[in-house]
Parts: sequence; structure tokens; C-alpha cells
Amino acid sequence: MKILTGNDLKTGAVTWWTGQDWSIHVEDAVDVGDEADAIAAREEGARRVNSPYAIDAVREDNGGIRPAHIKDRIRALGPTVRPDLTLKPADPEAGNWVI
Amino acid sequence: MYRYDQYDQDMVDARVAEFRDQTQRRIEGKLTEDQFKPLRLQNGLYLQLHAYMLRVAVPYGTLSSAQMHMLADIADKYDRGYGHFTTRQNIQYNWIKLEDAPQILADLATVEMHAIQTSGNCIRNISSDQFAGAAADEIVDPRPYAELLRQWSSFHPEFLALPRKFKICVIASETDRAAMKLHDIGIRIVRNDQGELGAAFYVGGGMGRTPMIAPLLREFVPLDQLITYSEACLRVYNRYGRRDNKYKARIKILVHELGKDEYARQVEEEFAHLQTLGIEPPIAELERIKTYFTDPAFQAGASDDLDLSDPDFALWVERNCLAHKQSGYIVANISLKPVGGIPGDASAAQIHLMADLAKEYSFDELRVTHAQNIVLPHVRKADLYTLWQKLDEAGLGAANLDTIEDIIACPGLDYCSLANARSIPVAQKIATRFAETGKSGTLGELKLKISGCINACGHHHAGHIGILGVDRKGVENYQLLLGGCEGDDTSLGQITGPGFDEDGIVGAVETATDVYLANRKDGERFLDTYRRIGMAPFKEALYG
Ligand code: SF4
Repeated sequence: MKILTGNDLKTGAVTWWTGQDWSIHVEDAVDVGDEADAIAAREEGARRVNSPYAIDAVREDNGGIRPAHIKDRIRALGPTVRPDLTLKPADPEAGNWVI
Repeated sequence: MYRYDQYDQDMVDARVAEFRDQTQRRIEGKLTEDQFKPLRLQNGLYLQLHAYMLRVAVPYGTLSSAQMHMLADIADKYDRGYGHFTTRQNIQYNWIKLEDAPQILADLATVEMHAIQTSGNCIRNISSDQFAGAAADEIVDPRPYAELLRQWSSFHPEFLALPRKFKICVIASETDRAAMKLHDIGIRIVRNDQGELGAAFYVGGGMGRTPMIAPLLREFVPLDQLITYSEACLRVYNRYGRRDNKYKARIKILVHELGKDEYARQVEEEFAHLQTLGIEPPIAELERIKTYFTDPAFQAGASDDLDLSDPDFALWVERNCLAHKQSGYIVANISLKPVGGIPGDASAAQIHLMADLAKEYSFDELRVTHAQNIVLPHVRKADLYTLWQKLDEAGLGAANLDTIEDIIACPGLDYCSLANARSIPVAQKIATRFAETGKSGTLGELKLKISGCINACGHHHAGHIGILGVDRKGVENYQLLLGGCEGDDTSLGQITGPGFDEDGIVGAVETATDVYLANRKDGERFLDTYRRIGMAPFKEALYG
């Protein structure tokens, strides 16, 4: 699947396109098919996102979404060396997901 | 320490107001990202993996306690309670909101700091010897010259759009502690046979994709021509640097392609021309600057005695402290490399504490080192034990300077959008492995440096052991380099062979150190043994 990601213009937070809005959780991302450029242009114009780009991802067995490249997995989680600052601070094993 | 005059302050305040307006216009949609990006980068604001990142300049690595407190306040108020000290003697914040950035710059301006020219194709923050003004082996304090260069290069209209970024380093000691020859321009203040001070110019060094050691361009430039000669070097580069190819745009490529002699000839021609224009600042300005760098009020007759009966303290003194030019005083290095920690990171509480300790024990002064540590440059030996106890209580007492635990590591793929691989976890694993096996001490001086990509912010080319993260079909992989060195005998590390995965690289480093231990002769550091026996025994052990 193709998903769309960028950073929130004002806060810089990593965000994922959900179909209607932007979420900080990659699990909320939807397949944008070949609509990525159109959505990116519209959303950037509306100043809801900064520098959006489409990436490959796969849906995992547990329903989660796994970006194809490690860089985007780290963006989805947070820095692996600061688990307390990731989106899953209570899960000490969360960093293994990115590898 | 240098204090802003009205001109400096007005310049920085005006920039804050300008950036506030630009940011507002971006948020309101009056500027596109394409229009805004160069403006934010000119103010040190990058967009990294998780958020905006702000890089704040620490001129020649020198900070006052008040400035250090402000850095901690910014970490607390606008970031997530910590900052990252960089290999350019600067500090970076990883979680900045665009809407807060102008106010952060306004806060910084109240303590005479800014983030101007910490990005972009301009002359970046001038770096220097972290022990300037304290080291026993320096001939003068290099910082007045660094400050003069800072003033000359700040907003220099001709050099704001160079072919690529440009880094200048100034030292004034026999020993190079600042990787001087790995800068675009490295300047060593020297004394000639007549006893006059001048500047030796090394031009065209650098790390990155094509590492090069700067050749000596001119042995002696009179100090009253320092700016004019610098301007000549920059002008020739600005005119002929490769703007057509980003990877060939640094001055090192120009010097290499033209040849040192031809580049030097062109610089001399430009220098002669510039001398007719009288661009050198008046000597009175340099003298004015020098008054800010006079010695602090050292206590006359301070005792040189140190009670080393506490073995932990004795080890810290041996590893982390350096002789001071003033009897009764010592230079204390605070390692930001606790075993298993993140190299260069410090919490807001730790930054506040270091600021307080500098005020109490080091004449209000701190330094940031290119090895991502902090220095208290002027500590009375009589205060050293108390100081160490306070550091140790706060997790800042690691006795590991220049050991294999004192690893330089760039932010890597945990934070940096240009990265190919993570650097920090590798540093953590190596430091932990060697601390656990108790080998760190046995190995003595061993500088290990890790970069998460070819840009080499982690100085991997200059590590006795260097590690470069690469992307191998989407998987992190690590190349091992041996034999790099950043000091007087600067050399560039050589790649051992095929790379390793994350766990493999830890084992590979251990193997390399085993080869050293098996072969070293009395008094040899890892680097010395490598230089004597060459790459072959290491390759044999690593790849069989
Ligand atoms: S070396 Fe590469 S990965 Fe590391 S900080 Fe520099 S650009 Fe980022």
C-alpha cells in the first residue's frame, strides 16, 4: 500500500494521512493509491502539513501498518534510543519494531 | 568572555524581529515552504525526522553560566528537557515547534546568543581549542582572533551564498585539539623567528564524502592581515568553487583540483589586490576584543596539592583533567559519555548544574568540545574534589575522557533526516561492552567516532577507530575504519573491508582492539600500533 506522511506545519510532529485528516499514529494511515500527489498538494496548500511524501507500507497481521523503510518506521515510533519520548513509552520492546 | 556591543545586539535583535515576521507569514500561508525553507535554515531551524531541530551557535565553544542556564531553560520550556552538544561545539534541540522558534531566538538574544549561520552555504560558527586561555602550551589565547573572524564573517554580504558551507577553526597551541586540519580553513597562531605573532593558514581540509587533510598554504600571515588574507582565500573559492555539483563544491575539491600551488598563487594575487583596498579592521578593534579575554583573577599562590586518596577521584583526575597554565589551577573535563548514555546529550537539570558549578568553581566559564563534552577551564585544585563529588552525584562524573567509552556519535537515524543508519545505539553497545569487560582502561587512549552517513558529522574518518553507517538495501550496515587521527599528525582512517550488522560491528571493534593488545609495545596507543603493524593483521583477524 501507499501511505502519505509529512510533518505538522506548526509543531513539526510526524503525521500520517487518514483519509480526512492527519494523525500522529501510523496505524491510522490509509492507502492513498495514486492520489498521493493530489492530496499532498491540497493539504500543503491548506497549511495542514509540511513537505508531505508518499511511501510504501504493508499492513501487518495485527492490523498495524509497517512503513517499508526503516527511516519511516523510526519516524512512526520516535527515537529508538529514547523510548520515553516515543509514542509507546510503556513498551520497552517497541524499538525492535523498527529493525 | 566577549560581550556584545550595541552593534552586535542590534544586529541580532533585528534578525529576531525579521524571523518572527517570516515565521508568521509562513504560518498564515503568505510564504510557501520553498520560500520559507532558506529563511528558517539561515536561522538554524531544520526539519528533522520527528520535529523541527534548532541548532544554536556557541562561538568558539565558549559559554558563560548565564548562557548555559538559558540553554537549559530552552530545553525545559520549548523542548523535551534536554539538549545535544555537537561536534561543531554547538547545541541542538530536537523537538522544536515552528511557532516557538522566534521566541526561542528572542530568549537567546537576551544572553547574546543566536542561531544565525548555523546552516546554509555560509561561514559557520568559528571553532577553537576548548582549552583556549587555560592550556599550558598555547602561545596566546586564540579566541580574540576567532571573535574577530566571527564578526567579519557574520552577515558578510559576499559570503552568504558560497558554493557550500564553510568551516573555520583557530588554535594557538603546539598541540592541535580542535581537528584544525580537517576544516575548510584551519588557522594556527604562531610566532616567527623575530618573535612576531602571525597565522599559519591550512586550507582545503574537511571530512564528508571526500575527506582531505588541509595543506599548509602559507606559513606566516601577519596578524594585522588576518582578515584580508582570509577574505582572499574565500574570494578565490567563491569565484571558482564548483556550484554545478554539490558533492564537489567544498573548497577542498577546488584546492585539490587546482593544486595547492595554483590555488595559493591565486590567493596571493587576490591578497595583493585586497591590501590596496584597506579592508582590515583597525588594530584598535582587535585590542578592544582582547580586553574581554584577559585572564580571570587567579588566586596568587594557590596550592598545587591534590589529595588523591579516593581512588575514583584519582582516576577521574588522571583521565579527565589537564595541566593549567596557572599554578594551583587545573582544567576539568566533564564527560557527557556515561556508559550506555547518549553521547553529547545533557538534561536541563545537568545543564543548569554545570552552569552553577562554572559560576562557583570556574570563573563563570564553560566550554563545549568537538568531542561533545563540557570543560570547566579554570578550577582551583583546592576545589577539585568537591567539584567532582557534585558532578558524580548528578551522573556527570564519568572518568573516561579519550577512552573507548568517550565515543563521538552523530544523532544518526534516530533523529537525522539524512542518515542511513543509527549511530547512538552502536555507541551505547560498544561503550557498554568495553565497560563490562573492564577493557576500557587497559586500552588507554582510543578515539572511536561514529557517523550515521557519509556527511561525517561524527568525524569517523578521524577516529583511531571509525564507524560509518550505510544503508544496505534498507538494512543498517556499518563500515569499520582504522587509523584516523585528528591531531598534529592528522591521518584519515582506512576501511577494513565489508561492513557489519549492528551486533557484528561491536564484535568487530572488540576484535580490532584484541589485535592491538596482542601486538602493542610499551607505551603504544592503538593508533601507534596500527601505524606500525599496518592494516593486514587487523584484516586477518576480522575476515580470516
Ligand atoms: S553524519 Fe549524517 S546521519 Fe550523522 S548527523 Fe550528519 S548528516 Fe546526520
